[in-house]
Amino acid sequence: MAELTYREAVAAGIAQEMARDERVVFLGEDVAAAGGVFKATVGLLEKFGPKRVRDCPISEQAILGAAMGAAMTGLRPIAEIMFSDFLAVCWDIVANEIAKSRYMTNGQISLPLVIRTANGSGSRFGAQHSQAVENWAMMIPGIKVVAPAFPADVKGLLAAAIRDPDPVLFFEQKSLYSMKGEVPDGEYVDELGKAKVLRRGKDCTIVALASMVHKSLDAAAILEKEHGISCTVVDVRSLVPLDTQTILAEVVRTGRLVTVEENPRLCGWGAEIASIVADECFWDLDGPIMRITTPHVPLPSADLLEDNTIPSVERIVREIRAKID
Amino acid sequence: MATSASRTISSPPATGIGRETRSELYRLQLELRYCEKRAYDLFLQNLIKGTSHLSLGQEAIAAAFGVAMRPDDWTFCTYRGHAHTLARGASMEGVLGELMGRQCGLLGGKGGSMHLTDVAKGVMGSYAIIGAHLPVAAGAAWSAQYRGTEQVAVCFFGDGTTNIGAFHEALNFSAVWKLPVIFVCENNLYMEYTPIADVTAVEHPAADRASAYGLPSIIVDGNDADAVYQIASEALAKARAGGGPSLIEAMTYRHSGHSRADPAKYRPEGELEKWLLRDPVVTYRERLLQNGFNEPTLKDMEAAAMGKVDAATATAKASPLPLIEDIEKNVWANGGAAWRN
Repeated sequence: MAELTYREAVAAGIAQEMARDERVVFLGEDVAAAGGVFKATVGLLEKFGPKRVRDCPISEQAILGAAMGAAMTGLRPIAEIMFSDFLAVCWDIVANEIAKSRYMTNGQISLPLVIRTANGSGSRFGAQHSQAVENWAMMIPGIKVVAPAFPADVKGLLAAAIRDPDPVLFFEQKSLYSMKGEVPDGEYVDELGKAKVLRRGKDCTIVALASMVHKSLDAAAILEKEHGISCTVVDVRSLVPLDTQTILAEVVRTGRLVTVEENPRLCGWGAEIASIVADECFWDLDGPIMRITTPHVPLPSADLLEDNTIPSVERIVREIRAKID
Repeated sequence: MATSASRTISSPPATGIGRETRSELYRLQLELRYCEKRAYDLFLQNLIKGTSHLSLGQEAIAAAFGVAMRPDDWTFCTYRGHAHTLARGASMEGVLGELMGRQCGLLGGKGGSMHLTDVAKGVMGSYAIIGAHLPVAAGAAWSAQYRGTEQVAVCFFGDGTTNIGAFHEALNFSAVWKLPVIFVCENNLYMEYTPIADVTAVEHPAADRASAYGLPSIIVDGNDADAVYQIASEALAKARAGGGPSLIEAMTYRHSGHSRADPAKYRPEGELEKWLLRDPVVTYRERLLQNGFNEPTLKDMEAAAMGKVDAATATAKASPLPLIEDIEKNVWANGGAAWRN
């Protein structure tokens, strides 16, 4: 085990896959010579050269279109969209082209590609550089959606995404880039579509993603220590494919479901999980399903406003206590 | 023709294109013409549903590239892509079957008229969002460049596409990376229902923008298969040799409306008639007669093309409807559609 930051784990995952497979290429804005605006791809240009690690113009449609064309003709491209908000600029390529091509061509076209993007709040960048948009992607048939919370998962899930035969949208949480964690040495590949149970309790099951996993873990510690409420915390890790079996089993154990989402309220991913739980284990529930989300507003920029918009540890504690105490 | 005096449109070379090539060019144009007409007839019989965008009048461009391209080159089409798909050798019953929503369709009924694809023949998809496939073609070209295969991606689109962002992103990207890709603008004078000149700042929507990407301005008579074949061959050779992308504007005219729903009443009186005098199939036939082909040979070719269309129509009509079980197949590489365990 080595201790890496979340951003170092990104570069480690890409490097591992580029070293083992010549077909893996990497493109994006400022990703090569500059090493990425979040410094998540430092060293890749030096290691793999300008033929495989390529800087692009500010042309998001061209970047993802090029990744798509390369993938359908035998390469395994990784494309970076600097901020997930910018996906809106090239959403046609994601939602209409990449996601649908295999189905529309009845399986003729394969698109083994990964779109990496920095997602979510915490940097005070305002509403066009801070949204959590993983729910946009979850709604579209034909793309897999992954959002890791820990450096080890970044490396392992990124490697799995690169090896996956289907297109994967890989959401990196920009507020976690400097977080440190143990990452397995040597070749490390995880599996898409597996949630992880990070702690077990008896009163309530919290289901969270990316930065909300850390806030949920902190909240669970406070709830146990100060209020005698013991919580299970499940890190979903992958929205598509979705590990409903783990989520359902953990909800049945405690009889309570709380989703903690960075998405604005309407159609956040937690709504889908709430629907599945209501359909499939309603009689095992001891109380109403609770969704803790960002209010349905664009994200404000000032520290005080951003901190009070995104679900905080204190708010998670408060809302769970209000329902369970 | 709607071109300015300052520009030269490549004129048909009297010689230099061999008899076999010319025969191929005529055969393909005939098949594309007859098949499109058949598609129109099948609409009227309500055997084809949905929409459809015909290439009637524009066949010379698809045919010329089809003949000039290497079998392992790639074609990227728009929703007006029946001709370009057939021109690469895709099966005609596969095309008509797809339009009719039958099992024998190229896409098993999942794509329809606007998404014809035949990867085995290098037809890498028909894209129904204006401009989307230009960057995708650039990506395929990047893959060829990366692997050193000398394959070329050829991307067809209409004049209306030149006013959308993806056109400009793809052109710049391809020029900077020197990609082996050919962008072919079929300028048929109308973006859907509106004259292209009414909504475009320059006279030649593609060629006049070429200089912005460091590319030469190329305009060709798109109703002349020989002229297009010659330009196509030059651009393909340039791309294979590492010379980078080309942008070609081929002047042409669609004989029908934008789509099935459009009777094209917005066209000024006499315009269609003027262009019908320059019908690419009719004029090519005249050229062949002037260049050593005799009437019986051409009649045989015409009968053979019609026979092929008739046979494909019969096969497609006899093909079963798609299976309802297939709705949840082929979302993912494992053949299924499961998003959860």
